[in-house]
Amino acid sequence: MKLELSRVVQGRGRLGVLKELGKTGQHSLEVPGCLLHTHLGAVPHLTRDTLHTLSNLPSVTQVTLSNIAEHQEVLEEFKDGFRRFAGLHNTVLYCSLHDPATPCPTGYNTTKTVSVWGSGGRIELTVAKFMALQKTVQPDWYQSMADGETWQSGTSRKRVRKSVDRTLAHLDECLLVHQNSQELEGVEVFGVVEGGDILEERVRSGRETAKRPVAGFCLDGLQTGSMDQALRTQLITAVTKELPEDKPRLLQGVGRPDEVLACVEAGVDLFESFFPFQATERGCALCFGFDVSSDPELAAGVKFGTRQHPVSGGVRRLCAGSLVEFSGVVELAEEKTASGETRQNGDSNPADQSRMTSFEIDLKDKRHRDDFRPLVEGCGCYCCVNHQRAYLHHLLVTNELLAGVLLMIHNTAHYHAFFRALREALANDKLDVLKRRVLGEGGGQTERNE
Amino acid sequence: MAAITERGADVNTLENSMSLKKTLSAASPLALRVVAECSVTKARACDLILPHCAVSTPVFMPVGTQGTLKGITVDQLEGLGCQICLGNTYHLGMRPGPDLIEKANGLHGFMNWKRNLLTDSGGFQMVSLVELSEVTEEGVKFKSPYDGEEILLSPEKSISIQNSLGSDIMMQLDDVVSSTVTGPRVEEAMHRSIRWLDRCIAANKNPDKQNLFAIIQGGLNAELRKVCLEEMTQRDVPGFAIGGLSGGEEKDDFWRMVTLSTDHLPREKPRYLMGVGYAVDLVVCVALGCDMFDCVFPTRTARFGSALVPWGSLQVKQKQYAKDFQPIDPECQCPTCRQHSRAYLHALFKSDTAAMHHITIHNIAYQLTLMCSVRQSIVDGCFPEFIRTFMKRMFPSRDQYPGWAVDALASVNVPLE
Repeated sequence: MKLELSRVVQGRGRLGVLKELGKTGQHSLEVPGCLLHTHLGAVPHLTRDTLHTLSNLPSVTQVTLSNIAEHQEVLEEFKDGFRRFAGLHNTVLYCSLHDPATPCPTGYNTTKTVSVWGSGGRIELTVAKFMALQKTVQPDWYQSMADGETWQSGTSRKRVRKSVDRTLAHLDECLLVHQNSQELEGVEVFGVVEGGDILEERVRSGRETAKRPVAGFCLDGLQTGSMDQALRTQLITAVTKELPEDKPRLLQGVGRPDEVLACVEAGVDLFESFFPFQATERGCALCFGFDVSSDPELAAGVKFGTRQHPVSGGVRRLCAGSLVEFSGVVELAEEKTASGETRQNGDSNPADQSRMTSFEIDLKDKRHRDDFRPLVEGCGCYCCVNHQRAYLHHLLVTNELLAGVLLMIHNTAHYHAFFRALREALANDKLDVLKRRVLGEGGGQTERNE
Repeated sequence: MAAITERGADVNTLENSMSLKKTLSAASPLALRVVAECSVTKARACDLILPHCAVSTPVFMPVGTQGTLKGITVDQLEGLGCQICLGNTYHLGMRPGPDLIEKANGLHGFMNWKRNLLTDSGGFQMVSLVELSEVTEEGVKFKSPYDGEEILLSPEKSISIQNSLGSDIMMQLDDVVSSTVTGPRVEEAMHRSIRWLDRCIAANKNPDKQNLFAIIQGGLNAELRKVCLEEMTQRDVPGFAIGGLSGGEEKDDFWRMVTLSTDHLPREKPRYLMGVGYAVDLVVCVALGCDMFDCVFPTRTARFGSALVPWGSLQVKQKQYAKDFQPIDPECQCPTCRQHSRAYLHALFKSDTAAMHHITIHNIAYQLTLMCSVRQSIVDGCFPEFIRTFMKRMFPSRDQYPGWAVDALASVNVPLE
């Protein structure tokens, strides 16, 4: 793979294209961008027909060993690789270790093993087993085995140091096997940068990983809920200083729009697109605005939050159009602000990712019962063209499976359109305008009508 | 799959839609054209012209209880060639309620389904779903499972809700009695159903847009059935359903009541056998003269990983399919079978709901393809041969043919050797 950057502005992000992806080298992915998050190759809830109502999907499909590991025997018998097994066509396959949408229990990694959690329980992976899996999955690109169990608050310095050491050791072992495997010829490996919330360890991990012959870097242990954005930005900025400019950086476990924006500015190129799925599981529709073609608020002088206290800006214009509904979130944010921390949107740890954010509307809310508008005016997705909020509300209230299908279509469309807008904003020097749009008002045009 | 949509498209070509309008403008929102009749059995192939589009019969109607077919978009349903599906008056009447649906331009508008809809009356759910229901001459009294409020579902109320839903075919409210019940209750229910039919006819606000079907009752009693048929066929309704069967009754009794009913129903009106959907039952009951069928079974069983195939069913979640790399049915043209293997679906069931949707699509395709093949064989004059081939495929050997099916088919001149 080849990263061609067209713009690099320190502290403002990078813009470019990741080219020559896949074994045929025919695919490319614009950055900043995201991968297509799947469960075993299926975008959650969607079959090929429903998926293909969406256009401009990322050319890279993400699968995770947490879904795949338990099927190792089946894949070995199949012999032709995961892509064929899943009926995937014309896509680049990226294999990660964990599913960013589903945090798993910690405390099981050892010096020589990491554990993933499949449908039947815990599966322990040595480097040998990990690499055997990669050989049978036959991805175009994968992340090296890594120990990232540092995200819980109160992780000791010793434990963080161990995660860096182990991850480097795993990387070296993986690379050894990789270089000696004909099955993995042409397949790219990403090294994984660890280091918890300790600056020195982050720098050490970045520096050491950069010495290895990897195609790019995963940044691990920084997922939503593990730390506030200020610290995340600080750590990412420090790490990227140690990494070569011409190799891509993939940030794991971060998907919320405000965090994405901040991390792009800190130097991240790629994200995992699991956020739309999480919103779908909550029965929520993404609705935040990212249109920067005209910005009437600029003239009106709308107050927007600084990076430290973004929610205060968010309070003024909330997706649901009512302060009352968000009182829980607002109070929480204010408390935390007072104590000096900034916790966005009420998340306190990755395991509690079910909390709604200010970037979405809760369609189970009674206010949508007889709302015959689409989820988002002007959204061209199948759901918004064909259905109304009232119908989605009904489907959610009656626990109908179609709710997940329609919401997944919309949320995916909305999220990928956000990334397109982000790239456009970077290209046209409108990042500040975009930030105001996304952060300053959480609701976008939808709730202006409410 | 192409075959189905082509045939569907055939019936919906421009010239047909012109004659459709002509046919329908004659003050009736339903017209039945008998295209072919089997010279051996009582089977017919018809074009059923309804307000939203024409329907080729015999037809299997998938059930979309709450204004959605579980996990399937209306586009996918249309793509499979479905021309008519069901909604449930009881469920939709409770949530979201007729007023909201009316505001949404009827059930068609609410779920954005452009083809035909059939709604049942709510009667069956009353009796099967609701614990405390009391049937009087007025209607069925029950307690709402959502807020405990006492509700009366009368013929007038049922038709009112169905008028709001705007379905192309509405069912009368009938006094539903389980097919395993015997004694005077059955007779009482039969007579009451006739009286309720008259009340339903009187209550229909949209006779020019919505078709009201009668439902023949009478349990497993031939005499009662005949009385009911005699009475109900005197009413001017566009179609008849055969009700009160497909409960827990013996199949031997079941088919006898079906064939008795079709013997006494008019040729020029559609016959709808309610609650029947197993492949063998469909084929046999077509031979006995039925045109329309509905059943939750194919879509419900899909969600449990059970895929319907010409030789029975395949439980995808079972271990034996973990390494089976062929599609569910190598001859099936549905999107699922064209793209995925049994092994992949088996694995996917452990990770995502999409697995259920794949099987649902396949099962609907199976049912619709079956009906299509049945229709074509009637048109081609080889339905009896079709039946024999079908049975051979479905059952490993002759002594596994269900006795009732052998008897039923023999009764319409198709002996199975």
